[in-house]
Amino acid sequence: MITVENLTKKFGEVTAVEGLTFQVKEGEVFGFLGPNGTGKTTTIRMLCCLISKTSGEAKIADYQIGKPADSLQIRKMTSLVPDNVGLYSDLTAFENLDFYGKLYESPEERRKENIERFLKMLGLWERKDTRAGSFSKGMQQKLALARALVHEPKILFMDEPTANLDPESSKTVRDFILEIKKQGRTIFLNTHNLDEAQRVCDRIGIIKTKLLTIGSPEQLRESLSRPKTEIRLAQVSEALVSSLRKIVPNKIEVSDDKLIIDVNDPDKENPTIITAITSAGGQIREVTQIVPTLEDVYLQIVKETK
Amino acid sequence: MRISKAWIVATKDMRVFLRKKYAIYSLVLFPLIVSVGLPLVLRFAGARQGGLSTTRLPILMNAFSFFFLLGAASLPTLLASYSLVGEKIEKSLEPLLAAPITDSELLLGKSIAAFIPPVGAIYIGSIVFMALADLVTHNTLGYLYFPNWTIGLVLLLMVPLSAILSIEWCVIVSSRASDARAAQMQGLFIALPLAAIYVASEVGAISLDTKTLLIISAAILAADIILFFLSTKTFQREEILTKWT
Repeated sequence: MITVENLTKKFGEVTAVEGLTFQVKEGEVFGFLGPNGTGKTTTIRMLCCLISKTSGEAKIADYQIGKPADSLQIRKMTSLVPDNVGLYSDLTAFENLDFYGKLYESPEERRKENIERFLKMLGLWERKDTRAGSFSKGMQQKLALARALVHEPKILFMDEPTANLDPESSKTVRDFILEIKKQGRTIFLNTHNLDEAQRVCDRIGIIKTKLLTIGSPEQLRESLSRPKTEIRLAQVSEALVSSLRKIVPNKIEVSDDKLIIDVNDPDKENPTIITAITSAGGQIREVTQIVPTLEDVYLQIVKETK
Repeated sequence: MRISKAWIVATKDMRVFLRKKYAIYSLVLFPLIVSVGLPLVLRFAGARQGGLSTTRLPILMNAFSFFFLLGAASLPTLLASYSLVGEKIEKSLEPLLAAPITDSELLLGKSIAAFIPPVGAIYIGSIVFMALADLVTHNTLGYLYFPNWTIGLVLLLMVPLSAILSIEWCVIVSSRASDARAAQMQGLFIALPLAAIYVASEVGAISLDTKTLLIISAAILAADIILFFLSTKTFQREEILTKWT
């Protein structure tokens, strides 16, 4: 659905995005993770034909970005939920959606059906005649989501849709993303919310001007971070740690009454570690296997590129 | 270019204007003051001892019709600046520019929205002005002065040309302004040359006859053409998104 090859964007001397190459399949939720100012929004803007590319290629379905004749077609089949909702505060919820429905050439009957359907799904139907300016942040974000869907786009680009929302509104937005995923729409989600990425994305790309890695949340967790074993002891002593280091060559971190030990194969290595601790006189209270989270992976990758 | 797309943008913008009190007041007050106030000036000036002569009266009435031109050069700036800077303030440019609409359709839509309400208000005001002015000067002149070629030229040629000039100027100014009021203030500069012409006519430096008005119209048209190219150059998607916001 989306094919990007060596895509680069420069603003004067500054390189915002460099050599991006990836593909997003139809019906997939693709997450773009990265710190602020690392090219996430620039990428979405290029893919939505809002700004030009400096070099490289990108295709949305069969249409090429940067080709004036294809730009209108791409805009017709896509939709954007920007980081700022960008609603018309003097227009009502209904009028905001109706305006965009008309711009996207959605037939009147279908448009009105969709407005009602999406406003009902997001719990805003009762407020359809209320000016958008009087809505709370969460309600405005929901309205921006509905606006993006009125014309039933094949691809939805979302730029940090839950940023600055309270947990309840964030959950509603996330649930809504999962709901529209069920409808088979392709979703390109920019976020720096790792929990959100893990919950809704099929695959994730981590970007810091360049694409650092790409894969499913599970693949990323498995490939980029070693598991750890956390052992809580009655007491941690210098002598215990130094005698343990002689037997276990792995990295050992000491935190209060805990030892956190890097392991490659927990099933094989944990019994050896436990035996070594008890032999050295340590009293084990608790052994926990720490499974690396997406956050660990993300922080490790971003740290490595500093 | 699809006019239907431009019209969708124009109707949305006009709907927003109708909900802005300051826009309504501006559109109503200026034509009201000019259309009622100026005939009252003629009435009271005529009633003074000696009154206005039959030669002075037509000169004054021609000069007064020039007020509608000043309105056409200033009123659209109020709407155009809000229409453009307003999008910037509401941060609504990104979803709007992501929609399947070309830059020229968008610019045309915004221009229509800033053109129709003020020009319509000026036309309504001018009808009231002509009726009242005729009413108060009919006895002195012995004939109905309005409508005539001069005001016809002002209303049908110069008012639209000046409104277009004002909108184009506002597009250029809005790209650099961060709030609507600043854009409006800068937008009003376009009315200054016309105000200078009015003052020149009042002090007798120039006569606002048909020939002079045609020369002024040609100058406004030339300025329209120049500003059209400048404004379309300014109003480009990437420029708007990366430099306007």
